[in-house]
Amino acid sequence: MKRNGIFFWIGATLFLAAALLMTQVIGNQYPFFACYVILQFIVLAVAWSILGGYAGYVNFGTSAFFGMGVYTAVFLLKAFDAPLAAQIAAAAAVGALMGFALGLLTLRMQGIFFSIATIAATIVIETSITNWRYVGGSAGIQLQRPMVTEPFNNYVQMLFFIQALLVVLAVAISRYIQNSWIGRGLQAIKDDELAAECTGVPTLRLKLLACVISGALMCAAGAPAAMYLQYADPSSAFNLNYSVSVLAMSLIGGTAHWAGPVVGAILLGATQQLLTVTISSEVNVLVLGVMLVLFVVAAPEGIIGLIRRVLRNRSEGKE
Amino acid sequence: MTAPETQAPLLRVAALTKRFGGFTALDNVSVEIRPGERFGLIGPNGSGKTTLINCISGAFRTETGTVVFREEDITRLQPHVRTRRGIARSFQIPRPFKSMTVAENLLVALDFASVGGDFILAAQRRDTVMSILTQMGLASKADVSATRLSQVELRKMELARAMATHPKLLISDEAMAGLSSSEVDEVLDLLMSLASRDITIIMIEHIMQAVMRFSDRVMCLDAGRIIAIGTPSEVMANQRVQEAYLGT
Repeated sequence: MKRNGIFFWIGATLFLAAALLMTQVIGNQYPFFACYVILQFIVLAVAWSILGGYAGYVNFGTSAFFGMGVYTAVFLLKAFDAPLAAQIAAAAAVGALMGFALGLLTLRMQGIFFSIATIAATIVIETSITNWRYVGGSAGIQLQRPMVTEPFNNYVQMLFFIQALLVVLAVAISRYIQNSWIGRGLQAIKDDELAAECTGVPTLRLKLLACVISGALMCAAGAPAAMYLQYADPSSAFNLNYSVSVLAMSLIGGTAHWAGPVVGAILLGATQQLLTVTISSEVNVLVLGVMLVLFVVAAPEGIIGLIRRVLRNRSEGKE
Repeated sequence: MTAPETQAPLLRVAALTKRFGGFTALDNVSVEIRPGERFGLIGPNGSGKTTLINCISGAFRTETGTVVFREEDITRLQPHVRTRRGIARSFQIPRPFKSMTVAENLLVALDFASVGGDFILAAQRRDTVMSILTQMGLASKADVSATRLSQVELRKMELARAMATHPKLLISDEAMAGLSSSEVDEVLDLLMSLASRDITIIMIEHIMQAVMRFSDRVMCLDAGRIIAIGTPSEVMANQRVQEAYLGT
């Protein structure tokens, strides 16, 4: 376990170093634009999996959290001209609060009822923002990027690196949860909630905790998106596509291990970017749907589940 | 345990009533269980045995009545809090954590139910798990997935998981149903050995010879009411019990 931890942190440091190096070496802006989106999806998918994967509570409200992140940033920028770090920190706090409130309201419901409640919450929040003039209402709002800080020479490069930092943060948290008593409790809830409760697991409190952490990370991932697009409007910030994509990425990657959503987000995110550039942004939704159906039928435990099965078969073959 | 504590009942159920819509599953049930007692709970199907257990363990909320455990009113406590207070149970239909190994199933209990167990080292936890599994005759299955267990192993694992919460009161809900007679003896011996270690046990069972052999006292429920309570032979000799079972 301890050696795994060292390897993990070496990997995370190498990843950040590579991301930083990219910003210094590559002059072309497009790779950063594309990779930013993929990194953003990694954070969202990893965060989603904390509640959706470990505890098995399928949350369709990713876009609600993401959109709230975007609009927290918009509000702080307009009201106080707040720096990016403050926007992200505030978004995380808003996300945590929102996760707590949403969790209190909905986590007593199980299975499909919880999922429906999260969709309803998304619509309520989107409608509220749409009717809030200060942040642009339904027409949206244009935003001006401030000057970029050293060592970056371009704002998108900086956003790219910040999103890479968020990836490391999200993965580290998810990995910690998986290996700790929290993860074991969530797994017990997923397997059998009544048995978990009767074994001493405080099910509601643990689900709330998962919802708070997951919400904080999803909101934080949304905050830099305002500056990334230099524009925000409710229908794109709260687009249901975020919920569906993130769900598909987590399920295709596999939710039993923290690496699953990372793999799924890279695979699907990269495919989507490729298709958007080469064919059209409409086609990528179709491809997403087809891949999801294929995986649900052929590999219900995702890529991670598939790898595990192959490894298990091989080790049994040896014996 | 000090002398005055042994005098007081471990569990006191008073005037408990539970309704499901218009159906009264438990009707004004009152019973006291003494510390260290081996208590048998019998009754025909649908008589309210499992409902009573669910009310004691907290899975159901009751309409009226109180449940007092170790002189503390636990009627409004959530199930996981009751588990930490020392009430553990097994389920009529086994409910293992299917994605985990047998040892991990027990670790859930160690992680969440044992008081002051937060800072136990991983190696010590493994030792605790293994010693419980050894008692239950499941040591060789520690790292096997819970989905690969046989029926009798599942029953034993449920008891082991309950034991890992360090209970003072263990409720076994038909742990012998559907087992062969040699397996029944195996599980019965297990329960006997647990009872000899200061654990109070409530056993719900349909297998009469097991109830007779195991229990200090037996209570018979029928249609949500207590129709007899006493020593096993007294209850068996009771006319109403015979009627309830034989339907004369």
